[in-house]
Amino acid sequence: MLTKRIIPCFDVDHGRVVKGISFVELRDAGDPVELATQYDANGADELVFLDITASSDYRDSVYDLIAETADQIFIPLTVGGGVRSPEDVRKMLEHGADKVSINTAAIESPQVISDSARRFGPQCIVVAMDAKKIADSKWEIYTHGGRNATGLDAIEWAQQATDRGAGELLITSMDTDGHQDGYDIDLLRTVRNTVDVPIIASGGAGTPEHLYDALTVGGADAVLAASIFHFGKYTIQDLKNYLQRRGLPMRPVE
Amino acid sequence: MTAIYDNKIVTIIDYGAGNLRSVARAVSHAGYKPLITSDPTDIPEAWSLIVPGVGAAADTMHNLQTGSFIEPILDYTKSGRPFLGVCMGMQALFDSSDEDGFQKCLGVLAGKIIRFPEGSIIPHMGWNTVRFGNEIPLFSNIKNESYFYFVHSYHAVPDNNDNVLAETQYASKYVPAIVGKENLIGTQFHPEKSGQAGLQLYKNFLDLAYEQKSICA
Repeated sequence: MLTKRIIPCFDVDHGRVVKGISFVELRDAGDPVELATQYDANGADELVFLDITASSDYRDSVYDLIAETADQIFIPLTVGGGVRSPEDVRKMLEHGADKVSINTAAIESPQVISDSARRFGPQCIVVAMDAKKIADSKWEIYTHGGRNATGLDAIEWAQQATDRGAGELLITSMDTDGHQDGYDIDLLRTVRNTVDVPIIASGGAGTPEHLYDALTVGGADAVLAASIFHFGKYTIQDLKNYLQRRGLPMRPVE
Repeated sequence: MTAIYDNKIVTIIDYGAGNLRSVARAVSHAGYKPLITSDPTDIPEAWSLIVPGVGAAADTMHNLQTGSFIEPILDYTKSGRPFLGVCMGMQALFDSSDEDGFQKCLGVLAGKIIRFPEGSIIPHMGWNTVRFGNEIPLFSNIKNESYFYFVHSYHAVPDNNDNVLAETQYASKYVPAIVGKENLIGTQFHPEKSGQAGLQLYKNFLDLAYEQKSICA
């Protein structure tokens, strides 16, 4: 039986893992290569590595860091952050990424999704979207790490990204991200009812029950979390045991 | 024997199919030396051949064609030497694929590749259990029903059920997870992304190949 996935996420800034609260306050959480090895050993089903370094002169060293991280693990690695073109996608795949996550560039030029999906296959193209609630059952897409409003409706964008060849959607709620009060279940459910690609829930995991809700009521195929792991609050084993007890199929920790 | 056999060098075909690093690392982990090559003249020399693959059937066949890989691969498989196809490298072994209409494939195994039914979540993405058919040496030290990492929208429908060595269940049906015939196998999942179980499968395949034992029996 296909299991639900637990995906630790690293936001990496200048080579260090950091995690912000609602996209701003950053706290240092460690070395990405070390953390990746730990999470693989502890039963993570995949890893997501998002480079949030703003300065462009740093970009080339990011590829080395991706390679160093990828070389430590035998589980899938998704990489994102600053992906502008199919050429950027190629470089990341070449440095050991299995999937590449595209966010701002996909909104500015949706053709990037189509071109990348055609060239590398939809299975390695993840479209990441940052959504903010603006009314009941209505969300708006933001770009540039949550700084710029786009006027784009999140559900319509989810549909368009999928039509263009995204193989998976990474849905982050800006309202819940970093607060550890739970995912935006209504947002997940609405996206789930709209598209037929796998969706990853992101933003707000604080307790095992939050993960359970996203995977059941929210209809997510995978849950992404950062804060809940990095500071040792729960281990992946704890979360998998809990979810398994509540009847969800999980891959046992080896 | 040849130098590449003596030096345990495993030939991995690079026809532009994305991430080969992890395949090469899995081969190293098993105690062999990966040779990633885009030169088709390396194929006749090989004692073990791995064809990885991601992406679409049409692109895969197009790239194999433009890289002049098709004839050498067919000659190689006819020779009965050990072959491993991964994901699209497995699907390409069949007669044809429905992906993007109709795509003729290598025809080494009889059957075709079809899409998962509408209404399911596609791709089939994530860790799923693999049920082995017969307990053959290829599965040594791997628990039956172990989890492997899948990502695919199309699946194989072999004409001959004997070619199905292991299955997985998705979208309310059983689909082939490992296919094979004599010394040739193909995995629908990515063993190089499947933790310890996947690494063990690489090791079993390469050890059997190196010791010149039968892969599928």
